[in-house]
Amino acid sequence: MSGTTEERVRILRGREWAHPVRAARREVLSAVPELDEGCPPLLFVPGFGHGAWAFAEHWLEHAASRGFPAYAVSLRGHGGSEPAPGATLRAYTHDVVQAAAELPRQAVLVGHGAGALVVSHALARYPARAAVLVAPVLGGPATALAALRANPVGTLPALFGGALRLHRRQLFGRELPDADARRHLARLGRADRRAQWQLLAGRPAEPAVGHPPVLVLGSPDDRVVPPAALTRAAGRYGAAPLLFPGMGHDLMLDTRWQEPLDALLDWLVKEPGRR
Amino acid sequence: MPSSTEHGRPDPETTTPAPSRDGRPVSDRGDTVCVIGAGASGLTAVKNLTEHGFGVDCYERETGVGGAWNWRHDRSPVYASTHLISSRPFTQFPDFPMPDSWPDYPHHGQVLSYFERYADHFDLRRHIWFGTEVVRVEPVDGDRWDVTTRSTGGYGPERTSRYAAVLVANGHNWSPKLPRYEGLEEFRGEVMHASSYKDPAQLRGKRVLVVGAGNTGCDLAVEAAQQASRCWHSTRRGYWYAPKYVLGRPADQVNDALLSWRVPLRLRQWLYHRTLRLTVGDLTRFGLPKPDHRVYETHPIANSQLVYYVGHGEITPVPEVARFHPGGVSLTDGREIDPELVVFATGYLPRFEFLDPQILGDADGSGRPRLWLHAFPPGHPTLAVAGLLQPDSGLFTLAHWQTVLFARSLRLRRDRPQRAAAFASRVAAGAGERYAGRVKDSSRHWFEVGHVDYLRAVQRALDDLEGK
Repeated sequence: MSGTTEERVRILRGREWAHPVRAARREVLSAVPELDEGCPPLLFVPGFGHGAWAFAEHWLEHAASRGFPAYAVSLRGHGGSEPAPGATLRAYTHDVVQAAAELPRQAVLVGHGAGALVVSHALARYPARAAVLVAPVLGGPATALAALRANPVGTLPALFGGALRLHRRQLFGRELPDADARRHLARLGRADRRAQWQLLAGRPAEPAVGHPPVLVLGSPDDRVVPPAALTRAAGRYGAAPLLFPGMGHDLMLDTRWQEPLDALLDWLVKEPGRR
Repeated sequence: MPSSTEHGRPDPETTTPAPSRDGRPVSDRGDTVCVIGAGASGLTAVKNLTEHGFGVDCYERETGVGGAWNWRHDRSPVYASTHLISSRPFTQFPDFPMPDSWPDYPHHGQVLSYFERYADHFDLRRHIWFGTEVVRVEPVDGDRWDVTTRSTGGYGPERTSRYAAVLVANGHNWSPKLPRYEGLEEFRGEVMHASSYKDPAQLRGKRVLVVGAGNTGCDLAVEAAQQASRCWHSTRRGYWYAPKYVLGRPADQVNDALLSWRVPLRLRQWLYHRTLRLTVGDLTRFGLPKPDHRVYETHPIANSQLVYYVGHGEITPVPEVARFHPGGVSLTDGREIDPELVVFATGYLPRFEFLDPQILGDADGSGRPRLWLHAFPPGHPTLAVAGLLQPDSGLFTLAHWQTVLFARSLRLRRDRPQRAAAFASRVAAGAGERYAGRVKDSSRHWFEVGHVDYLRAVQRALDDLEGK
C-alpha cells in the first residue's frame, strides 16, 4: 500500500461547496466498552435496505465486549434515520463522514453490501484508520447481472427504479431459524431510486485519504456477491478476501455471525497501522 | 544545560551525539519535522505530516490549540460576536467536516470547539509542546534547521533542537497595523486597535469612530450602531457590501455554483452587480461613496447588517480621517466630528521575528516574503509557511492542501531526489506568483488569493509532484 505514486486527488470541489448535502437526522446505535482500552472506534455502515438495527442484533455488543467502541449509522431514509426522498450516493456518503467525524477518535469504517460502496466513497472524504468491506457490493453492471441471475423477479423492478426485493436464500444461510429470517426480512427498507441508479452506474471512488489498510471479507456462498466480485474488490486494495463458506450475504445476522466479526477484530488488533 | 523537567515530560530523544551551537548542546531530532504554531494551519500540518509518515514536534506559545480562534489567547483577535465570513463548506477542513447541525456561519466558539475536536480525533496533542515559543530558526548544513525554543514569556533556559524540516504556521492576524495620523498623540479621546476590542460593553453609550472597511471594521461599525450613542464609519473608498445570503442561500455558495459552471468573470460581475442592485440597492443615496472598482476586485466584505444600519441612520458613513485634534477629528471632506473612542480596524501585519528575512526572500525588509504559492521559499526545500493567505473564502481548506503538498514534497525528497529537484526549480521559477484575478489595492493585499485560482495552482503542483 505504500509508495510514492498515488492516484490523483481532486482538490477543487466546486459542486460540493456550492451544493452542500442537506442535513438529515441520523440514527446512530452504539455499544461502548465499560473500560476504555484505547481501541479505535468502529463505525458500521449497513447496505441498501438495511439499517443500524442489522448490526445492533449481534455485532455491536460483541465488538464492545472485545474492547472496541462500536457504532452503527442508518443511512438517510433507512432504519430510524430521517426519511429522505431523492437521496443520492453523495448524501449517503455525507451521512457516513458526518457520523465518523462525530466519534471521539479516528474511526475504522466497516461497510456491508452497498454500504461498502458508500464506505469506499467516504474514505475519500475522511482519513479512516482502517476500512473493512464486508460482502461488498461495489456497483457497476456486474452487480446487476449477478443479482439478476440470483433473483430475476426481485431484481428486475429495481433496474427501473422500483424496490429491490431480496430473497431469504440470498441473505441468510440454511441454518438460520425461519422466525429470525422472517423478522429480519420484514425490517428491510429500500434505498432511494437515485442511489440505486448511481450504484448501477458504478462511478469509481476517488482515492482514499491517508492510505488506510483495507480488509475484504465475505462468503463464497453469498448469492448477492459472487466469489469473483469478492476477489475483484479485494484486488483493488491489493489483498485477498477472507472467506466464510456456508454463510449468506448478511453475515452479521446469520447463525455464525461471530466468526467474521472475530476475524475482523483480530485483523484490527494485528494491523500494524498505516504503511 | 538541564531543561528536561520544564515541560513535565521527557526530552525529545536525542538520536545522535549532540553537536553544539554557541557552546550549547543541540539535540538532533533526526527526520522529525518541526511545526511552529498549533492554530488552524499548524494543526492541519501536524495531522497531514504524521499521516504521511513523518515524526512531528509542534511548538505552541499558548496553552491550548486554536491560535487566533481561541479567545483565551492574548494574541487572539476575536471578539464576542465574531462569526465566520465564509459558509461552512468553504471553511471546514476537506477531510473533517463541521457537524451539519451547525449554522451556515458558525460562531467563533464553535470554530474553537471544531479545532479541539480535530486535535482529539486525530490525537494531535501528543505532538504539541504547549507554552513553548520559538526564538530562532536557523539553517544548518544539509537543508536542516536548528530551532531554539524557550518557555513562553522568556522563563527558563533556551534549548535548541535540529530538525529535518520546518513548517511555519504562526498566523498573520496578531500583530496590529496602526496607521499614522497627524495629531493622534494630542487626541484626548480613547484610541484602540480592533485587536483589543472584545466585548460590546466597550462601546456602550459612547460616540465611536470606526476606521477601516475590512470585515472586522464593518462588524465593529454594526456593533457600534447597536451599542454606541453615535457611530461614524470611515472608509477610504466605496466598497461592495455583499450580503451573507443571496437568492436564499449563502452568497459564497451561489458564487461557487457560477464558478463550477465556469461562468466567465465579466458575466459573474454583471450578475453580481445586478443582484446587489436588486437587493441592497444604490448605496450612494446613503452618502456612501460609489465603488471605484468592480466586484471581486477587492477582498470581499460579507456583511448584511452594515447597509441596514446605515439605512436606519445608526451608522454615519464618512470619508478618510485627515488629522486629529485634541478635541476631535477632521475628515478629508472638511467635516469635523467629535468621537470619544476611535477604533482602528486597519488590519494586521505578518511577522516572523525568529527567522532571518532573507530566508523568506524578503531582502529589503518590507515584511513581504517572496514565496511560491505563498508557502515555499526558493532555495530552502525543507521550509514552508502555511496559512499566509488572505483568501476570498475559508482559509483552513487552503492551509490543509498547502501542508499536504509540503508533506509530499518532503517524501519525494527522501524517495526520489531527482523529482524533488524538479520541484525545487519550480519553486524558484514561480516565487512571487499571485493567485487573484485582479486585485485593486495590491499594496495592502499582497497575499490576497482567489480560492479557485489558488487551488488550481496547488492541484497542478500536486499532479506534477506525482508525475501525472
